[in-house]
Formats: sequence, structure tokens, C-alpha cells
Amino acid sequence: MTKKKYSRRDFLNSLLIFVGTTALAELSLVGLRFLTPRGVEGEFGGQFNLGSFDQYPLGSVTPVEAGLFYLVRLMDGGFLAVYRRCTHLGCAVPFEPAEQRFVCPCHGSGFTIEGDVLNEPAPRPLDLFPLSINETGEIIVETNQSIERDRIDPAHIVYA
Amino acid sequence: MNNHEVDDKKPAWITRVIRSIQRDPLPPEDDRGRMRVVMNSLILHVHPPKVSKSALQLNYTFGLGGLLLLLFTILSITGVLLIFAYTPTPDTAYESIVALQTEVNFGNLIRNLHHWSGNLMVIVGVLHLLRVFYTHSFATPREFNWVMGLILLLLITAANFTGYLLPWDQLAYWAVTVGTSLLEYIPILGESLMLLLLGGPEVGATTLTNFYGLHIAIIPLAIFGIVSFHIWRVRKDKITVPRKEGSEADKKTVTTIPHLISIELAYALVWIAVLFSWSAFINAPLEGAANPAQSPNPAKAAWYFMGFQELLLHFHPVFGAIIIPGLGLAFMFIMPYLDKDMETAGVWFRSRLGKWTTVISFFLGTIGASVFVLLDEYWLDLPGWLPFFPNFISNGWIPMAALLLLLIGYHDLLKAFGAKTCESRQGVFTLLIAAFITMTIIGIFFRGEGMVLIIPWT
Repeated sequence: MTKKKYSRRDFLNSLLIFVGTTALAELSLVGLRFLTPRGVEGEFGGQFNLGSFDQYPLGSVTPVEAGLFYLVRLMDGGFLAVYRRCTHLGCAVPFEPAEQRFVCPCHGSGFTIEGDVLNEPAPRPLDLFPLSINETGEIIVETNQSIERDRIDPAHIVYA
Repeated sequence: MNNHEVDDKKPAWITRVIRSIQRDPLPPEDDRGRMRVVMNSLILHVHPPKVSKSALQLNYTFGLGGLLLLLFTILSITGVLLIFAYTPTPDTAYESIVALQTEVNFGNLIRNLHHWSGNLMVIVGVLHLLRVFYTHSFATPREFNWVMGLILLLLITAANFTGYLLPWDQLAYWAVTVGTSLLEYIPILGESLMLLLLGGPEVGATTLTNFYGLHIAIIPLAIFGIVSFHIWRVRKDKITVPRKEGSEADKKTVTTIPHLISIELAYALVWIAVLFSWSAFINAPLEGAANPAQSPNPAKAAWYFMGFQELLLHFHPVFGAIIIPGLGLAFMFIMPYLDKDMETAGVWFRSRLGKWTTVISFFLGTIGASVFVLLDEYWLDLPGWLPFFPNFISNGWIPMAALLLLLIGYHDLLKAFGAKTCESRQGVFTLLIAAFITMTIIGIFFRGEGMVLIIPWT
């Protein structure tokens, strides 16, 4: 028998491996796509209309339970929608009115009223939700996508 | 042929049914005939026909692998029962657990059995791993079975973790929130992995569905498949035989049926009795219904993750959650393949010297980890001392480099005292395991509100 470099059997074996791998890849993709998160209506996300901006006093923090965020009005009148999820390990961060800051009960991270890190272990400031004020002066918060920030950026603060 | 005459008094159909159950003709009343039945038995698909007599000693294997199989069986049976009493939606899950405990006949017992068996399985899995490690039972050709065993241990942890969420109480909700948030620190893939697992940005209804599916179908099936392989390899490769350093293994064998089987049955019955008694008196924990708006203080991960949570308190998250555990796990996976210079399968701790270095390493690891935790809590503050470095250098690269240097130094120190490479590696492994166990214990018992160090008995 002559020895071929690449025999018919080798070719068929390669073909088999190729087709098998392709099939596996296709099926994995179908499975993964099937399992990708689909939003459940009302569970998370959505638009919140919080009414006229002037009902919120300067330097106030108003929890919006359904939206999982705090509406923060800074002393200069600017607004922020601060996501209440701790950036360390995901605990719900309560606001301490006496100390005027957010303190995470799980691992002791502290945040300013703007969400900036006061105490570690939190690696970055609290996340935000996009906030806008429409022409009639109503505050609209979109909670579908949170904004991650590495540091406090005045561009995030919304003024009426 | 069959030398037992079938009783003519029985109707023909009964005879036919009996014959259909017993695949082979009934055994003849002689040794050869009986042996033939034994050889064809289902049991011998799991066990070899003959086993080493000295490997039957309880103080060699401690029956840990068999105990894991028993726990898996108990978990499967109680788990299937629990499916009938449980509804996996956030609105009903907690109520169904309360109803299970108060209204369903023996509901509490079944839940307790499932809970305690699941937790015990993590502990026994680790002990099984340690037994195999310290008797050098991953010696060639068993390397790959060690790898499979490690994967099984990971799957056991995953099964525990997914089951942890199902009662939907405060404990479950926040342990899973903290546990899955660890994933976020994996570079690049982390966030999408967490989204896939949670089905959204926070633990919610989709998470419960996902965890339920994983817990009752995917993970048990995966465990079943890999366990089949694991046991098949044990049957083919045979278990290692206990022996003293320098002496040959005892070659005496006995038949599996009845010698091994009767021991296994008795052992299983003892454990079933222990588990039932324990579960009859000690209830699985259940706190108030999950409240996504209020984290408890302190919020702790499941107990088997407390070592990682403790690491996270001391290192930058990428190091504490990913790099250090990842390196440790990788070290465990390649361990049997690194083994070159010793043939000590079946010898405890490989040698007399190995025994002493193991004991010393264990104490050093325990004390070292405790001292490190105390120092880091009250004195050490690398990010504060080195403010010009970003956190991942001052609290990540620098302490990890120090840790690695320490381990390499310890390895070489053991070699300088005459330990072979394998024994030195055994020492490093012991040091790491002891440190991890210590940190787990500190995390579980010595951390109070705000994760501050406390003394639990005051």
C-alpha cells in the first residue's frame, strides 16, 4: 500500500470533526441565545415620572421603592437618580439622614449624598439612572440601563 | 442449566414473571455456580469482583466516597419529594416553604434531610479530597479521576448555592446577591455571566426560575454523568492499598460480594440513622421573607463561600474573588500531574517526614491566617501607606506577590530540611488549605455587624 500524505480516510475524519464541531457550536449558540435574559414586565426597569421638581427641597434624599433608586437633590438644586445597589457586592444601601450619607450594612462601604465613595471596600461610586426634566418641570427617570461611573462627574447632575 | 425445579404448584404466569426478573437461570447449589451469579451481578458494574483486603479498613478510606454517593441518593429522593411541595415564584416560594414546614405531613423532616445532607455533602466532599490527597491516591493512572473529582466538588458547591436561593427568605436572597456579585469582578466576561445567571441586574423572578432549573435538572444530571465516569475509573484503576513507608502493598484480595457490600450496607445504615435523627431534631434555618429593599447586617454569603468573602475583605476584589482562588484551584487541578519523584500510593502523608511537615504546615497555616487577619484589621493598611498607587496595586499585586514569595520560600525551606519536592508541595498545599479553612471559620463565626471582628461567646 502506498503511503499518502493525506489519505481519503484522513480527509473524511477531518470533515467529520469539522461538521461535528460546527453542529456543537450551532447548538450551543441556540441554547445560549435561548437562555439570554429576557426582561420581565414590571420587575425591573421602566420609566418613572416623579412629578414637579420644585416639591423636592434642597439637600433632600427621597427613596423611590419601586424604581430601586434614590432621588437626590443637591444643595445647589441639581438632581441625581442614585441606584441603591452597593457597587461592592450588591447589597441595598440605606440612607442615613443623621449622617447625611449612604452606609452599606453588608461590608461597611460609605457614600456621600452624590454617591461618591467615602469608605472602602466599594470600588466605585454608586451607579446612576438617566434623569431628565421635561418642559412642564416633571422629573423623568429611566431605569432600564444604569450608568457606571469611575468618579464623580458634574456632567451627570441635572438642573431644572 | 437450571437445576432447581420450578414449583409446579405455582401458576405458569407467576413462574414466567419470576424467570423474567432473574436474567440468568437460578444459581445451582455449588460454589462455581454461585460465583457465576456473582460475576454477572449488577453490583459488579460498580465494583470490581475482588477487592484488596487491607483497603477495606475503615481508617483508610473512611468510606467517604460511598458516603457522598449515599448523600446524593438521599438528596435525589428528598429533592424529588420537595418538587411536589414547592412553587418557584417570588410570590409563592416562601409561603410554600412555610406550608411545607407547618402543613405537609413530614414536610419538615424531608426539608431538614435535604438541607443537612446537602451541607454535609460539601464537608464530606472536601474530606474525601483530603483523604485522596494525603494517601497519594491520585498516583498514576488516576490523575484524571482527581480532575473529575474536583469538578464534582465544584458541582456540589453549585448545587448547594442554587438550592440556597429557593426558600426565598432574607438569608437566601442576600447570600445569593452577595455570592453572584462576586462574578462581576471577573474581567470582561463577569458582567454578562452575572446577567445570564440572574436573568437581570438584580436577584428576581428570573433568577429564581434559573436557579430552580439548574438545581433540579442541570446540576444533578451533570453530577450523575460525571459520577458514573468517576466510579467507573475507580473500578477499573482499583483503589490504592494502604501500606507502610518502604513496604510492599498487601496483595491479599477478597470477593466484593459479600465482604465489601456488607460493610457498605452497614455503613450506609449507620449514616441514614444519624441523618434521620439529626433532621428529626434540628431544623433547617428559615428567616423572614426576602425583602430586596433591606439588606441584613451583616450580609453573609453561604457558609462555604465565607473563606472567599473573608479574602475579599483583605484584597482588591479582582484578587480576592478571582485571581487568588483561581490560582489555588489551578494548582489543585494540576497537582497529580506535577508528581514525579515519589511512588508512595497508599502511604499516609508519603513518609514519616511528610507526616511531620503536614502537621507543622497545618499549624503554621492556621496561625498565619489568624495573625494576618488581625494585622490587616488593626494595623496593616497598604492603600493608606502607599496612596500614590492605585488600589489594585497596593491592595492587589503587592500583597499577592508577598504571599507568593512566602509560599515559594516555605517550599524551599522544607526542601532544605530534606523534604522531597512532593513533600514540600504537600506542605504548601496543607498551609493553603489550613489558611482557607481558618478564614472560612473566621468569616462564619468571628464577623459581626458591618463585618467587624467579634468574639462570638461574649
